[in-house]
Amino acid sequence: MKSCKPKDLWTLFKTMFILSACTFGGGFVIVSLMKKKFVEELGWLEENEMLDITAITQSSPGPLPVNASVIIGYRMYGVLGSLIAVLGTILPPMIIISLICVFYKQFRTNTYIAIALQVMRAGVAAVILDVTLNLAQNVWKTKSVFYITLMGLAFVSTYFFGVSAMLIILLCLAIGISQVIYQTYKNKGGVKNYGTTH
Amino acid sequence: MELLIKLFFAFIKVGLFSVGGGYAAIPLIQDQIVNTHGLMTMPEFSDLITIAEMTPGPISINSSTFVGTRLAGPFGAILCTIGCIIPSFIICLTLAHFYYKYRSFSGVQTVLTAMRPAVVALIGSAGVSIFMLALFNADFAGASLSNLHIIELGIFGVAFYLLRKYKDKVGAIQIILGSGVIGTALYLFTGL
Repeated sequence: MKSCKPKDLWTLFKTMFILSACTFGGGFVIVSLMKKKFVEELGWLEENEMLDITAITQSSPGPLPVNASVIIGYRMYGVLGSLIAVLGTILPPMIIISLICVFYKQFRTNTYIAIALQVMRAGVAAVILDVTLNLAQNVWKTKSVFYITLMGLAFVSTYFFGVSAMLIILLCLAIGISQVIYQTYKNKGGVKNYGTTH
Repeated sequence: MELLIKLFFAFIKVGLFSVGGGYAAIPLIQDQIVNTHGLMTMPEFSDLITIAEMTPGPISINSSTFVGTRLAGPFGAILCTIGCIIPSFIICLTLAHFYYKYRSFSGVQTVLTAMRPAVVALIGSAGVSIFMLALFNADFAGASLSNLHIIELGIFGVAFYLLRKYKDKVGAIQIILGSGVIGTALYLFTGL
């Protein structure tokens, strides 16, 4: 946790506010934007950390962007950081929806808004796929057949078979835990063998 | 007053039980707001989903603001939204605390390492879904050359090139807003 300067808190708030205001689509959209902003542009978080945060937010209840803001805010400036980050995340949708409640009819029938929202998706797709490519390259670089296969299987099962993200993360959690148990067991066995050779 | 308390607790439940985020929250909100408490009618609720899809922000925050404003004005909106995020706040703060305390342990590292490739795949899957939606307005099975949107394809191509080529110099927000402005202009000029 960094020491808390008003300027940094403002950056945190501003960043969350802008990301939230520009995020269309599901929770993973904002996660890739956060990755690009906090890891690549600001350098506040490490890449692996951002992936861990994503796994945690995905397995916790509640809206994903809010969950991610709570954790990133906490990481930077403790509970105060969490509050500031969440405020930044929830204000844009609150303001927009309040306005739409008033101008609902005009909003729904406006062609320009409809077109802008449609073409913006192309930009969103470019950002997410760019982030994905960077992340996938790093998994590829581990040269671990196991992790690369895991990534491929997870992609196929979620994209083509619609398996829920939550289930996939929990399965990988189980895989990770069994690895730890296996390693512990093997190490114990190793110590025992070492003992018998003497 | 009674209505406000009812709303507040209804949205605490929405926040607490909408695991998996996004569209997982829709049936839950419907159950709480339409079926259990009768606070909205079904046509109003489907309007809400349309708006939530068209505007930025998490669907549960959008709906808590929408329902709150409709039923109890701005104060209602704030109350419902707070109710909706209280569970997230408590649970994620606790998890974050333990994550930062124990993440350097080798056992915890092994578990986290096994989860990371899956997260990459999930982000990728969301990316491909939006890509198909933007370019074909369909999913993978429904895509064909006849419903390919040329303008979106061009915008995607340029945006992707800029992101790959000028890694740290182009921000995500510039790309998204830029594609919105340029794309809308292209549609208006070409009249497609």
